[in-house]
Amino acid sequence: MNRLLLNKIILVLSTLSAVIGISFLFWILATLTYKGVSSLHLSTFTQDLVNGGIRNLLVGQFTMALIASAIAVPIGMFAGIWLREYSNQNKLASVIRNLSDVMMSAPSIVIGVFVYALFVAPFGNYNGFAGVIALTIMMIPIIISTTDNMLALVPKELREAGIALGGSKHKIIVQIIIKAAKVGITTGVLLSFARIIGETAPLLFTSANNQFFTMDLTGQFPSLTVSIYNLATYPDEESRQLAWAASFVLTAIVLIINLTGRYMTRNKK
Amino acid sequence: MGGKLFKNFSFFSATLSFFILVGIFSILFIYAQDSIHEFGFHFLGSEVWEADEDDAELGVFGGYIPLLGTMLSTIIAMVIATPLAIGIAIFLTEIAHKSLIKPVSIAIELLAAIPSIIYGMWGLFYFAPIIQSTFGGNGVGLLTAGIVLAIMIIPFMAAITRDSMNTVPDVLKESAYAMGATKFEVIKDVIMPYAKGGIIGSIILALGRALGETMAVAFLIGSVMQLPSKITDATTSIPVLLANNFSEAEGLEMSSMYYLALILFVVSFAIISIAKFYFLGKKVK
Repeated sequence: MNRLLLNKIILVLSTLSAVIGISFLFWILATLTYKGVSSLHLSTFTQDLVNGGIRNLLVGQFTMALIASAIAVPIGMFAGIWLREYSNQNKLASVIRNLSDVMMSAPSIVIGVFVYALFVAPFGNYNGFAGVIALTIMMIPIIISTTDNMLALVPKELREAGIALGGSKHKIIVQIIIKAAKVGITTGVLLSFARIIGETAPLLFTSANNQFFTMDLTGQFPSLTVSIYNLATYPDEESRQLAWAASFVLTAIVLIINLTGRYMTRNKK
Repeated sequence: MGGKLFKNFSFFSATLSFFILVGIFSILFIYAQDSIHEFGFHFLGSEVWEADEDDAELGVFGGYIPLLGTMLSTIIAMVIATPLAIGIAIFLTEIAHKSLIKPVSIAIELLAAIPSIIYGMWGLFYFAPIIQSTFGGNGVGLLTAGIVLAIMIIPFMAAITRDSMNTVPDVLKESAYAMGATKFEVIKDVIMPYAKGGIIGSIILALGRALGETMAVAFLIGSVMQLPSKITDATTSIPVLLANNFSEAEGLEMSSMYYLALILFVVSFAIISIAKFYFLGKKVK
């Protein structure tokens, strides 16, 4: 009976692990909702940080993440297209694939340091542009890997059909292959956007932060995440409440974008 | 014509990640030169971090404390996360009823989507007090940082472990069951040996993540330059030191910060490469 007992114990422990994991999720979400909602007011969204709101921070964070996406998505997609459609899976392709995977896991603070050296130190001031570059560097490898994987799922027959119709290679890619992989790539883009919009470390000494509303990327740029870090360490109750409100809003945004992405692929299957 | 341009731009984009990586390494290496010249490898074992008040080009800097803090918090995280992540993967592949697999997977993946700064906030105000009342100390320190780090890397490890467990052919499992094996015996003798590479790979990849994690640890490790003497002691780690002090540093101290960033970058590069090449392989379809 011993081995049956051991079996039971292991199965119970495994189930327990899942329960623990899920409890932490609910614990964190419950805390955020409780603390966040009670600290939220209408003025939180209409005022800037200097007046105790997060309007400029939200606009700033989205602006940087959107510009970063506008740069990273085409570059990442083209790179993925080269890897899958042009490289013939040669040695160089496998080197680039691996390097891009390594880059995906590179510590984000190191990317911040790198961008500081190139785009902050020479100009002598923090700027939103540097923040955008840091986020772009974080996003590119994620888009590469998504595009690469999604193009791999497109059936060979579609490519052959395109060739049989006499289409040139890039026309086949743009008009047939990318269309077939559209949903998967869009999901990947949404998931990576959800990831970079919540990043703090690469922004700390690139865009830094700004209390005021600004769209000027050549100066310090407002950031929601950097503000949360600053506000949480202030001793006064008001700052902490604003930090909770901002955390709640940030998490809600990240999870909604994330779930939207997942929902899209689920529908397709 | 358009085709040629399209192809060339694709190629340029693909090589960009190579240039960015080389760029990161070179920039860190160049800016770390002063510190590397001054302290060499002795930097790794020295625990003194003292700027000279009058001259930014003087001072004594050693990376031992942040290096140790990074390693210790990572080790604590790995010790806690590994069994839990494998447990979750077993639950998802072998135990859970079909109707449970999807919601549990999504919940675990959402845990991975939560920004690290949120883990930091929550950890500081809700988790640290619990650690303080259970284990003593200040609440913030190695243990708190390690546990919260563990929660952060569990979803990541569990997902890769689950995927590699899912690759075990049903025939293998069925043959073992037919011989009268219990579920645990199937897991231990069939699934684990088969999925070993993937599981070890996921552990090493998670290790790489934990080493470079910044914001959650910045809230929770205490951020003080001191050698920890017990597990609840506050200390600092490389990412945390960079996050808090990098932008104010000057001269030789700044160069030493670049040195630390270089060490972190090289170590995580090595760890991730090992995980990818030796254990996870690259599936090229």
